Parts: sequence; C-alpha cells; structure tokens
Amino acid sequence: MPDVVFMLLFFFMVTTTLRDTSINVQQRLPEASQMRKLQRKTLVAYLYVGEPKKVDQWGKEPKIQANDVFIQPKEIIQWVNQAKANLDESERDQLTVALKVDNETKRGIIADVETELRKANARKLLYSTNPKREEF
Amino acid sequence: MPRPTPDIPNASMADIAFLMLVFFLVTTTVANIKGLSIGLPPPPEALPPEDIKIPEKNLFKVQLNSFDNLLVEGEPWTGSNQELTDAVKKFILNNGRDPLSSDSPEKAIVSYKTDRGTSHKKFIEVLDVLQKAYYDIYADQAGVTNDKWREIASDPKKTPEFEQLYEKGREGIPFAISIAEPTKVGG
Repeated sequence: MPDVVFMLLFFFMVTTTLRDTSINVQQRLPEASQMRKLQRKTLVAYLYVGEPKKVDQWGKEPKIQANDVFIQPKEIIQWVNQAKANLDESERDQLTVALKVDNETKRGIIADVETELRKANARKLLYSTNPKREEF
Repeated sequence: MPRPTPDIPNASMADIAFLMLVFFLVTTTVANIKGLSIGLPPPPEALPPEDIKIPEKNLFKVQLNSFDNLLVEGEPWTGSNQELTDAVKKFILNNGRDPLSSDSPEKAIVSYKTDRGTSHKKFIEVLDVLQKAYYDIYADQAGVTNDKWREIASDPKKTPEFEQLYEKGREGIPFAISIAEPTKVGG
C-alpha cells in the first residue's frame, strides 16, 4: 500500500504545475476595505510592478513584469493586444487588468502604465489589495 | 474449489485520502482577484480639448504630494479617514444646500490628484476612503449594507433582484472620482 500512495504522490507531483509564472518583483500589497471581486477569472490579465527581488541583477528601480518577463511601459500595448487575442471576440472589451503593485512603488511608473493602458484601450483596471485588518 | 478472493486492505484508505487532500490543499492557489476597481478615461488623443469649466464649488479636491501629505480643498487634512469619507459624502449629497458646495450629485466631482513621487500605499489608502464615500451612498440609496452593495456591484447581472437594486442605488449619482495625471514634482 505505501507503494500505491507514493505512486499517487509522484504522479501528482509530476503532473501538477504549481504556478505558471514566478513573480520576480516585490509584492507587498497595500490594504483596503472597499474591495470588489472579479467574477470571470479568464478575463483578467496581470501586471506586476515593484522593486526586483534580485537587486544585484536588475537594480533597485521598480520594474513591470508581464507573464515571465520584465517589460517597458511602451510594450504594454502589445501585451494587451496579445491578451485580447486569447479571448473570444465578444469578450475582448471586458478584459480587466489587475495591477499588483508593491506598497513602496511610486505613482510615477504606475501612471505611465495607466497611460499606456488607455492607449491600448484596456480601461478596466483593478488595483490588487489585501483586506484591511483593522476597522477605520 | 474456487480460490478465496484476496481482501483489499482498507485500513490505509483513510491515509491515502488524507494525503491527497493535503496535497490538493497545498497546491491549489486560491486566485485572489480582489481589489479597488476603477475605470480609466479614454486615450488622451480621443478626449476633446479641455475648455469645459467646472465651477469650483462642484469640485472636491483631494491631493497627495510626493511626501504623502494629504491636502483636502487646499488645506492640510488633519482628521481621520472616516472623517474624510464623511466630508466627501456631505459634499456629494449637498444638493445646493450650502452655496459653496456641490449643486447636485450629478454635477459633483471628486478630483484626486497625486504626484509621481507619491507612494502606491498612500494612493490606495486615500482612494479607498474616497470610494467608500460613494459605495456608502449607493448602499444607502438601495437600502443595503456597504458589503452587500459591493457584492451587487461586482456582478449586477447575477439575479434580477441584484439588477434592480443596482439601478436603484446608482440612480442619479454617477461615480465621479477623477484621478488626474500625476504632477512631476517628486519621483
């Protein structure tokens, strides 16, 4: 019987992919109380913004990560179009971009991202946050 | 004579089930797509040139500088977050009572300006406060709690009842938080 258990264990270990992207920027999310939930998970595209985790390799400046790579603000339009291409034609305008931004990031880079998103016509935006712990 | 069928040991069944359970618990990542939802304005070039003058009294100005200091209507804000929410609510629902405040909820605009050096943490904290004011008003108008309102607003088409409450809550009050392009003093 232990053999069967181990077989199952190995089977799942091999077949399950834990996560398709590993996040290479700091992710200390801000807290908020007025959160809303997104219903359709397939309609969400993620952008991660923050200071790189490997500071010696990438420097201390905040970077934008999409999928598995760091991108420049200018490349966002292309990225949005790719994300839209994966959706059904009828659902393309419902794409929501979830911005996972680290607490310490400055507004400047986020504003640049927002400007590009406006140009790319992906205007539904969600700032990812954690629930607030204490009542305010 | 037929051979006796061998028994399958079932004592370890629970162990296996438990193991699998633990495994799935560990590997399943709960997709946490919750946060503050906003809509961005159309692309800069698609907007008509800004010559529409909005009367000062219909604007509620909230500003954050590069040191994360909060300015409300040009004055440093010393009150609590809840007090700021209340001030915004009072402004939106003024309906011309105070001649120096907004004419009607339709005309009232909450203007939120930041600087390129403002931290994201503070930006979210204040945005949260401003959104609370609107959600509280909608919830009041629909006769539900704030939590329930946000559930309805997340998916208004879920049931006819939700749709009706959503219409009722939003009636006559547009969600007018305008997030301006950050200034370039810091950052």
